Amino acid sequence: MTAPALDRALGLHPQVSVRPEPFGALLYHFGTRRLTFLKDRRLLAVVELLADAPTARDACLAAGVEEAELPRYGKALAALAESSMLVGRTS
Amino acid sequence: MTATVGTTRLVDLFESGLDAPICLTWELTYACNLACTHCLSSSGRRDPRELTTAEAKAVIDELEAMQVFYVNIGGGEPTVRADFWELLDYATAHHVGVKFSTNGVRITPEAARRLAANDYVDVQISLDGATADVNDAVRGVGSYATALRAMENLAAADMRNFKLSVVCTRHNIPQLDEFKDLADRYGAQLRLTRLRPSGRGADVWDDLHPTAAQQRELYDWLLAHGDKVLTGDSFFHLSAYGEALPGLNLCGAGRVVCLIDPVGDVYACPFAIHDEFLAGNVRAPGGFTEVWRGSELFARLRTPQHGGACASCAFYDTCKGGCMAAKFFTGLPLDGPDPECVQGYGEQQLAKRAEGGADLPKPSADHSRRRPVDLVLTRRRDLERPPVGACAEDPLAGLRLGRP
Repeated sequence: MTAPALDRALGLHPQVSVRPEPFGALLYHFGTRRLTFLKDRRLLAVVELLADAPTARDACLAAGVEEAELPRYGKALAALAESSMLVGRTS
Repeated sequence: MTATVGTTRLVDLFESGLDAPICLTWELTYACNLACTHCLSSSGRRDPRELTTAEAKAVIDELEAMQVFYVNIGGGEPTVRADFWELLDYATAHHVGVKFSTNGVRITPEAARRLAANDYVDVQISLDGATADVNDAVRGVGSYATALRAMENLAAADMRNFKLSVVCTRHNIPQLDEFKDLADRYGAQLRLTRLRPSGRGADVWDDLHPTAAQQRELYDWLLAHGDKVLTGDSFFHLSAYGEALPGLNLCGAGRVVCLIDPVGDVYACPFAIHDEFLAGNVRAPGGFTEVWRGSELFARLRTPQHGGACASCAFYDTCKGGCMAAKFFTGLPLDGPDPECVQGYGEQQLAKRAEGGADLPKPSADHSRRRPVDLVLTRRRDLERPPVGACAEDPLAGLRLGRP
């Protein structure tokens, strides 16, 4: 079983395009041809910070997510990883 | 489609429209080697006002700036445009993905290899029968063989998950399983879409659209196959049977999608090539961006729609009154039921229409090839020989002998 999303080093799948929107963002995966969305701007900030953070938790905290909100964001990130929008990083 | 923090649905965000389309349909040319009886864009002859290569690239630049994820390129047969491959490469190099629909005529082994090498291209091979007889009756003699050869070439080039795209008709609904087998055989994904009474489709809709029993059969089949079979979200009117189908159950016209036609006219959706749904032209100042953001028509389509005659129906929330274009071209009011309403309200409305359909709206652009007229040159029967002059001396002058 993989580690909880918050403890992993994550990044956007290279074939995913992100389009910021007033409500958050739209994500389109050119490999799976799936569309999904981020419901708020802070989640978008988290996703944008993922690539430079050692773990997803660090990206959340850097984006200003409160400790109490972490589980909610962890769940959203896990769902994005589930649909291959996010993938694990090794570096 | 639900990776969210919270419970908002994508469909709610889309109802009031976006600053840029998610994707759009772009018919590159009205020219086509085929003459399908149900062609939604009445294609055949090339329009001399077609966008030039430079104008088409300028549109792609705009789509890139607006962050449109991809374009659905169609026609006509888009691959017959001499600059087709150039435009395809230009779009994907500028971060605009391309899906294109083709009858397969130009999908040679070489073209297939080229397509397989590009991660941002998807191909849809159109086929409207799982057997040659059913397909060719609609798409023309030889079109089945052409499509299968294209699929063979794509499979041989290792192009994964290209689409086998089928318009569902009365004659091919009994072949759904065969279509699925055909797609599987070539490593393709099956895509089923709805027959619209648009373009030449209006002329054959009465004969080709699925019967009520077939609609139910299709709905059950779609539910059983889930999101393994694509539908372009075109069957949301079937959701009124009960369970919503996978995908976006919403008419996206002018909200999240639109159509650019070969001469640059922008319509609310690919099935509505009519002045009533014309929002502007990409050649006008401000280009496509201005049309998308400034069109009065689009602003109107983004306001909350009212159910009209459907408001009191228990299923209005799931089917939203169905397809605007289907209603328009069958002469039904836009705020009433879809002609194929699964509750039967559409049929009641259709029965009330004037006899003969003379008052039905016609598409604004018809590029159908003109049919050849059979001509046999003959002489007038009463002039089998030159007229007899006043000075003819032959005693038999003017005598007419009956033909054996």
